[in-house]
Amino acid sequence: MKQTPLYQMHIESQGKMVDFGGWEMPLNYGSQIKEHHQVRHDAGMFDVSHMSVVDFKGAKAKAFLQILIANDVDKLKTQGKALYSCMLNELGGVVDDLIVYYQNDEYYRMVINAATTEKDMAWINTRVNGFDVSVERMSDLAIIAVQGPNARAKVFAAMPGLEEVCGELKPFNAASLGGLFITRTGYTGEDGFEIMLPSNAAKFTWKMLLEAGVKPCGLGARDTLRLESGMSLYGSEMSDEVSPLEAALTWTVDLSNKNRRFVGRDALEVLKNKGVKKTIVGLILKGKGVIRDHQKVMTNLGEGEVTSGTFSPTMGKAIALASVPKGSTGQCEIEMRKRQVYAKIVKLPFVRNGKVLV
Amino acid sequence: MSEIRDDRQYTQTHEWILDNGDGTYTMGITDHAQALLGDMVFVELPSVDDEVSIENEFCVLESVKAASGICAPVDLQIVEANKALDDEPELVNSSCYDDGWLVKFKSDSVDGLMNATTYVQTLD
Repeated sequence: MKQTPLYQMHIESQGKMVDFGGWEMPLNYGSQIKEHHQVRHDAGMFDVSHMSVVDFKGAKAKAFLQILIANDVDKLKTQGKALYSCMLNELGGVVDDLIVYYQNDEYYRMVINAATTEKDMAWINTRVNGFDVSVERMSDLAIIAVQGPNARAKVFAAMPGLEEVCGELKPFNAASLGGLFITRTGYTGEDGFEIMLPSNAAKFTWKMLLEAGVKPCGLGARDTLRLESGMSLYGSEMSDEVSPLEAALTWTVDLSNKNRRFVGRDALEVLKNKGVKKTIVGLILKGKGVIRDHQKVMTNLGEGEVTSGTFSPTMGKAIALASVPKGSTGQCEIEMRKRQVYAKIVKLPFVRNGKVLV
Repeated sequence: MSEIRDDRQYTQTHEWILDNGDGTYTMGITDHAQALLGDMVFVELPSVDDEVSIENEFCVLESVKAASGICAPVDLQIVEANKALDDEPELVNSSCYDDGWLVKFKSDSVDGLMNATTYVQTLD
């Protein structure tokens, strides 16, 4: 199994290591619920070095990305500005979801999922022919996500000189400092940074963050935090077979420029004209139990399926994301371990910045 | 390394059974099992006097990670269920051999279980 530059740090913190798409990663360091609360109330950090950073450079970098992804990089005008998007196949299914950062018209940086990296790189490389663009995977980078209401203050305390550069950094923007690339982004619904840094500086930085009172958090807490914040997970809410229009990601698809014929656009336009039948909603279980992935859901408009189910530590209830007929409202029925239970359909997110919104 | 106690017997499915000496037995899950399941969030307990045949499920443990059914190791009748778990399911994690017990039951005979030495050999 592959290990990140922070593997030794996880072992020292008694991380319970598991196989995550070929990477040996910490599921938790004792209690994923405690780690979850740590992020909602203070500051926690995640090793996300298994994710891949890909740089696009060249005269046609912008033109290429305008074809490659469904959101329009033409929206990016200032250095460090970030854009969330899906990369689609010809049928409109999602090859991956990603964030792209603008450096200049000839240099963009993209962050893609770990488990899809090989597939994504193959996909990108078959399409880059004919464009004056170099595509380089930056494999010598580590990524530490520091998240929580006190995350930024603790990062500044741990890393001297950073506040001058990132003190005023706005959400969904990035700044560079030496070999560091710092983004005010995350996957938890809390404020914070994701810090890309050279692999050989990862352990030292992790230790400094530990000393500043940032607690290590594992993949378990990362999943309950993203689910509470209503964020999609590739492979669960969307996949090669599910389009962004059916996954509540319509806001990430930019059809405004008719001349921008990005991969998958034709299929999306056909789907849109036929009428989108499905969407992703939130569910809150009434009563006790835990909703699990793939359980069947019956709404007022028909059948659906749980795409991500869990127990919400913040709400003290079972919650889920589910793919259901578009327009479903009110109460739905879930088939759970030989019994029928009821859940309320709600708008996402469940939790944002420490507050329950549903 | 998971904790194992010498004073009780074990099943292949990582439950422990303690002979109370009065014809009743207390049952819970082992340290190995609670660590595998992760943070417990809900325990569905049986009712007192329920009669359960061997290998039938009578209790469900829901952790953040997964739901796990507990099956009867022998034919048994429930004498008491640990009501403290309704409010504090995390006792199964923090005190699996003491406060985090699941049920007390009575049974004519409790055979075919492993002692601590044998059980430890079944773990990696």
